[in-house]
Amino acid sequence: MTTTTTPPRDASAAPSGQRPSAGAVLLQALRGNMRQYGMLIALAFIIVLFQIWTDGTLLLPNNVSNLIQQNGYILILAMGMMIVIIAGHIDLSVGSVVAFVGAMSAVMMVKHDMPWVLALVLSLLIGAVAGAWQGYFIAYVGIPSFIVTLAGMLLFRGLTQIVLEGQSIAPFPEGFQNIAKGFIPEMGPYTQYHNPTLLLGLAAVVFLLLREWRDRRRQLAYGLDVVPTGIWVAKCTAITAAVVAFTLTLASFHGVPVVMLITGGLLIGLGYVMRNAVIGRHVYALGGNKAAAKLSGVKDKRVTFLVFVNMGVLAALAGCVYAARLNAGTPQAGLNFELEAIAASFIGGASMSGGVGTVMGAVIGGLVLGVLNNGMSLVGIGTDYQQVIKGLVLLAAVGFDVWNKRKAGK
Amino acid sequence: MTRPVLEMRGITKTFPGVKALCEVNLTVRAGEIHAICGENGAGKSTLMKVLSGVYPHGSYEGEIRFEGEPVAFKDIRASERHGIVIIHQELALIPYLSIAENIFLGNEQAKRGLIDWNDTLRSASRLLRRVGLREKPQTPVADIGVGKQQLVEIAKALSKEVKLLILDEPTAALNDEDSAKLLDLILELREQGIASIIISHKLNEIRRIADSVTILRDGRTVETLTVRQAPEDEPRLSEDRIIRGMVGRDLDQRFPDRTRYEGEDAGQVALSVRGWTVRHPVDHQRTVVDDVSLTVRRGEIVGIAGLMGAGRTELAMSVFGRSYGQYVAGTVEVGGREVVTRTVPAAIEAGLAYCTEDRKQYGLNLIDNINRNISLASLPGMRRRGVVDEHHERRVAERYRTTMNIKAPTVFEQVGRLSGGNQQKVVLSKWIHADPEVLILDEPTRGIDVGAKYEIYTVIDKLAAQGKAVLFISSELPELLGMCDRIYTMAEGRLTGEVSRAEATQEVLMRQMTQNRS
Repeated sequence: MTTTTTPPRDASAAPSGQRPSAGAVLLQALRGNMRQYGMLIALAFIIVLFQIWTDGTLLLPNNVSNLIQQNGYILILAMGMMIVIIAGHIDLSVGSVVAFVGAMSAVMMVKHDMPWVLALVLSLLIGAVAGAWQGYFIAYVGIPSFIVTLAGMLLFRGLTQIVLEGQSIAPFPEGFQNIAKGFIPEMGPYTQYHNPTLLLGLAAVVFLLLREWRDRRRQLAYGLDVVPTGIWVAKCTAITAAVVAFTLTLASFHGVPVVMLITGGLLIGLGYVMRNAVIGRHVYALGGNKAAAKLSGVKDKRVTFLVFVNMGVLAALAGCVYAARLNAGTPQAGLNFELEAIAASFIGGASMSGGVGTVMGAVIGGLVLGVLNNGMSLVGIGTDYQQVIKGLVLLAAVGFDVWNKRKAGK
Repeated sequence: MTRPVLEMRGITKTFPGVKALCEVNLTVRAGEIHAICGENGAGKSTLMKVLSGVYPHGSYEGEIRFEGEPVAFKDIRASERHGIVIIHQELALIPYLSIAENIFLGNEQAKRGLIDWNDTLRSASRLLRRVGLREKPQTPVADIGVGKQQLVEIAKALSKEVKLLILDEPTAALNDEDSAKLLDLILELREQGIASIIISHKLNEIRRIADSVTILRDGRTVETLTVRQAPEDEPRLSEDRIIRGMVGRDLDQRFPDRTRYEGEDAGQVALSVRGWTVRHPVDHQRTVVDDVSLTVRRGEIVGIAGLMGAGRTELAMSVFGRSYGQYVAGTVEVGGREVVTRTVPAAIEAGLAYCTEDRKQYGLNLIDNINRNISLASLPGMRRRGVVDEHHERRVAERYRTTMNIKAPTVFEQVGRLSGGNQQKVVLSKWIHADPEVLILDEPTRGIDVGAKYEIYTVIDKLAAQGKAVLFISSELPELLGMCDRIYTMAEGRLTGEVSRAEATQEVLMRQMTQNRS
């Protein structure tokens, strides 16, 4: 005898076929990314706070430019660090790699008169090799990343001092300095604004809206749930308004800094890779559960290795940007940068055990720290108090997340 | 009848959006063994968490009376002070500490803040004798097996002057021998006047030791049944009667009827393993899998039976990309073609899939969602212009959520929050979507409830009906007998027999599984 039995439904299962309300969808999206939205709100709050406190100095066009140039290299490091932390590792050596690459670029350009473009390419290669060196020991030999990169921290700092013989080397060619200090050149007829910046801003708006529209269309085509039209339009309007305001601010000064172009490009590129490329997914899977990822066909060693090569290249890039900003290769460059990058990652939503976080989060975390630094300097808070405050912000950000998770768990 | 030691009345516990318990009643009499049965999600664990103070007084409605007095526990320590001790499904021992240190963890035998080691070791030895564990109290917990660790947990409970012992799935991870020992110990504790509450899916165990059983379903008490009047009586309650209470229907059939695969290539050998030999990953002297040869045909479900340590999982994992141990010899053919499965990606490429016995450790990324867990093994195939097509990915996940009946509001639910049965469905979905020729399923129904088991069996049957070859590893003989066309038996790393469905009985299998090297 055969009975076709319908299994009893779980008491906890939601009734199917019933469409969740708009509010519920929004709330769910918010809750899923609480750390990041929370930090975005915190960033907005900090900006408003200092905007008022500094009587409007914070958001003056020249200060916004300055802010971007001041924090470019930390943002670049934070993006790489975020990926390392998602993979379940840590990199303590980035500050030393920054110094080492800065020193090498100085030697190449100042002592050997190498063209700056070639020197830049070689510098990035040196970073890749440094990353591969550490990645080899972590991925293939199996030494914990904390140890390998702690060793790397000492090693590359020492090599910096050997290369520089304890001296600073300066000055750099102007083209190289422009990486950190330059703006994209003005073109076309005189308007009140910087023309290429306006075009870039327009392109950004079109790109973002197009992506939103395409996503929504494809979701509808696949018969998936979408947010209601009203909320979607509001979201698009908000994106447009923010980009326009930011563009006009920059365009009324010298335009888009080169370093912002680099950082923005990395943000889009790395964000896309982490979200959509197979290797990005494999990084998340490795950080979430290494054993399960391996048994699902993830090449764990290769992925780990590549994560550290990527970090090496980004550290080298940050090293060049920093050297260009200082206009010198110095033995003390990059001191404590690793800590700033790690702090930015954790403020931006990384988890100590790996598996979670986004590249965007790292940038938001870096900007929180950057705006705090800049704002506090503007109102004249001493560096001693600045450190105390930054420490408390890090603690509060992660504490809030832990609290929020525990609440969700109950 | 004796007086009740514990009375829980009208317990209602709500989580945001879900009523986990609704007016649940539970009465445990002094010195009895009281079983709690119910499907996953029926509220058993929640009820025990209310009782032990994990959910503090005030977070639930209803009344708890212990030894006649109303009690209100604000945390676990409070319930332990009254003598209620809970032993969780996942053992809470610290692997690198000794047995003695674990027993007295949080309850150290100390004078003025300094640990009295003599006292600690002496008391620990006494407790170990009481639970019948012959190990030195100085032995690190990591060095003893799971069965013995379970006994250490009980010794730990005894050190707290336990009056009511709660065991959550105590034998889920144990082999038959260790299970039997543990059940005997629980019976012995009853002689000493210690009452126990035991949560278990294994109905034969309940019939063996319990005095009464309370059945929960969907967060409500269905009924409390008497298993036996006096401890020495034979049980009067049938397993079918308990199942009826749990599922709210008669389960005439615990296994689906097998559907034949009708394809042209039916009967062709899909997987052929020859002379497979593997050594232990650390102890290279030890041969864990010894010259094993087996075949599985298209549309066939082939079982592997064996006791713990027989080498079944080790065989499966080493064939699947040499994920276990040190490969010594052997060949694998998939669909008549020899394949070299040196790495997991190569094994997947060759058409193999392996569903692990330990889904939390080796099967799932618990902090990620259903969507991404299902796609993980087939990401390269989901690419569109070089990157993962997220919409396609989500549609695939939605499809499996519906067809596999995964109970979750959306595919973006974190896998760690699902019940065991639903987690298992996610693991299965992952491997079904990888579209292998051969599926190796290692204990696919471990720790999941009767209803979900039936669903998993149906899925396995469907796979075979589509022409997949299924290798089914299980410790539950009835399940192998109910599902498989052929069954191999293993003992001490070697194949000890092969029986067809018609010849197989539990007795035949057990005899072959316990065959020792002559």
